Amino acid sequence: MKARVHVMLKSGVLDPQGEAIRHALGSLGFGGVDGVRQGKVIELDLAETDADAARARVGEMCEKLLANTVIESYSVEIA
Amino acid sequence: MRAAVLVFPGSNCDRDLAVAFRNISGIEPIMVWHKETSLPGDIDIVGVPGGFSFGDYLRCGAIAGRSPISKALVDFVGKGGYALGVCNGFQVLTETGLLPGALMRNGGIKFVCKPVELEVSTSDSAFTGGYAKGDRITVPVAHHDGNYNIDADGLAQLQGEDRIAFRYAGEVNGSVDRIAGVLSENRRVLGMMPHPERAVDVVHGGTDGVAMFETLASQVVAA
Repeated sequence: MKARVHVMLKSGVLDPQGEAIRHALGSLGFGGVDGVRQGKVIELDLAETDADAARARVGEMCEKLLANTVIESYSVEIA
Repeated sequence: MRAAVLVFPGSNCDRDLAVAFRNISGIEPIMVWHKETSLPGDIDIVGVPGGFSFGDYLRCGAIAGRSPISKALVDFVGKGGYALGVCNGFQVLTETGLLPGALMRNGGIKFVCKPVELEVSTSDSAFTGGYAKGDRITVPVAHHDGNYNIDADGLAQLQGEDRIAFRYAGEVNGSVDRIAGVLSENRRVLGMMPHPERAVDVVHGGTDGVAMFETLASQVVAA
């Protein structure tokens, strides 16, 4: 069973990297980009076969290590 | 003052911190590898050094903050022990929850490496007691992720409890309220992005960090 975790800075937290990307896009002529947020994707291969159990387990991993919940939010997809 | 200095893979200021402790207290610090599960007995203060622990993978300080020794550090602080985290060490202290807030990518994106002027925001701690409130000191910074972030309630709490130890005199990395270092609630844990251990010898180009280690050596022993 695979899990995919998306970690993003919480909305309202200024994302300096996203801003740099937005500027670079503008200088390449890509107008009309009002905002860019940059995050990360973490893929996990799990031995667990039950989707709900996997989701709960990965949620714990996010809370303990994968995301810093002071500044980041996360979402989990199970496939 | 008996100091222990934690050693994580990728730390590059552990020996600098040890030298600063030793030169001022006269006692050789004990270096403690991150896989240890306990700290040596009779330790007065733990130094969490700067560097790039675990390559800064995932987030700066995130993996170091979950190392076996970090649990021992949390227990030590819980019993009233002193801890000084510098640069990556500050990031580790926030990742363990020993200090509030988080360090993010610098507002200007770039790595910042230069001497900066700091304002001493409180002299009420064993770390800053050797300075007067409002003193300006010059200490080097070297970091990519020193942009201190905390929510409005947390900031109000730090301000209300006089727990902001240092502020940057000018804009350095985008930190909220120009925060360069913060104290724990019991004022025995300090995390700061600038490197006081790199300002303790004339060959460093400045000695403004000496007062911190001297005050620690006198106050922590007495505690």
